[in-house]
Amino acid sequence: MSQQTRQPTEQEKFGRHRPVTDRDAQEINRVEELSYDLKIREVMTSKLYTAAPDMPLPKVLEIMRTNRISGVPVVQDRKMIGIFSIEDIVRALEKNDFATTVSQYMTRDVVTVAEYESIVKAIQTFTESRLGRLPVVNKDGELVGMITKGDITRGILIALQRDYKEEELRRYRASHLFEDIISDRTTLVLRYNIKAGDFTHGGNASSHIKRALLRLGADAQLARRCGIAAYEAEMNLIIHTLNGGILKLEVEPHKITLSTTDDGPGIPDIERVLQPGYSTATDKVREMGFGAGMGLVNIKRCVDKMELESTVGKGTKLTMRISVPSESLNGKRE
Amino acid sequence: MNLNDIIEISEGEVLTPELSTDVNIHGGYCADLMSDVLASSRPRAVLITGLTNPQVVRTAQIAEFRAIIFIRGKVPQPETVDIAIQENIPLISSPMGMFELTGKLHDAGLKSYEGNVPTN
Repeated sequence: MSQQTRQPTEQEKFGRHRPVTDRDAQEINRVEELSYDLKIREVMTSKLYTAAPDMPLPKVLEIMRTNRISGVPVVQDRKMIGIFSIEDIVRALEKNDFATTVSQYMTRDVVTVAEYESIVKAIQTFTESRLGRLPVVNKDGELVGMITKGDITRGILIALQRDYKEEELRRYRASHLFEDIISDRTTLVLRYNIKAGDFTHGGNASSHIKRALLRLGADAQLARRCGIAAYEAEMNLIIHTLNGGILKLEVEPHKITLSTTDDGPGIPDIERVLQPGYSTATDKVREMGFGAGMGLVNIKRCVDKMELESTVGKGTKLTMRISVPSESLNGKRE
Repeated sequence: MNLNDIIEISEGEVLTPELSTDVNIHGGYCADLMSDVLASSRPRAVLITGLTNPQVVRTAQIAEFRAIIFIRGKVPQPETVDIAIQENIPLISSPMGMFELTGKLHDAGLKSYEGNVPTN
């Protein structure tokens, strides 16, 4: 029968500790991200029904029945000392022992999760323990809530909805900028003066550029690509120019242009500077983690089109173009 | 993994007590070359490095790292700490070397966040 000859699942084959490879890590989606970002305390239920260890069984049963819950934490002096669930009632029933207290039948060995942990930890604990609900404790071991798989699902859905609303708002803002200003061609230009040798402020302009793009409604990926290209170009101005230069960002509804211009020294052999690993950087620059001859290579990877023009003694102009899919910067969806 | 767990594993000293360390870290990445960091890291990770100049923080910010650990007990110059506070990137100094620290964090379940910057 096919059911008996089926392949073992990954979990059966590797147990719970299947190694996570880099390839798995590439495929992380938003829900997985959220399960790392959301804390247990954000999704747990903090309205608690608890029992005391000396409570008679019929009373606990009443609590469970009226509130339609299948397990109650047992608390003494704010600390959790056990949990009392349907299975414990069954055990009491089997012995016909109903005139006793909670502490006689409760489960003392309780699996808990900490409120400050991410919900991925709760998901793992659910899988490992096969329990349906977990008590949540704070760092002092005091009971602060309960979490079920339903709470996790609800928490993720609420967070996704929040994401969606933010996305809508971003698009609305971006569409306003480019749709309310009427012209045949609207361009937003941001210019930054970059000083030669100013390592302390190196990267400032690029982080402003990245923020500006996010403000304009660029998605995280686009802003990251532009930020990286701008940063490498900015560092080039700081490292290599005589008198610094200008880093410029031009935003149009469907394209972004980044450029740097300087007045020297100029590049004698453009072919060579485009080769990965070719560098003229000083030891001082290398000690700072730059000058590995990868800057232009990195830029090229991040942008759609890169042009480098240079004249020795006059200066260099680097132009980087990135086309913007209509949905990632402009609110228009035609 | 929570940054607080990472601090504990790395026996680290927090250099930015102003910033919250209650941060979720999705993975780890090591490099001393800032171009490598820009070229092949993925967002929301912790950066483990031997460099301590302000550019490290700038690079981390552009590449969207959530925290930085300096290895072999290195302590950065004050400018580095200032930028880190401004950009909300906690800095930690660990007495361990890069290999040892990375191995310990990987054993504890921290994933590698090596990866190319997606280009469309």
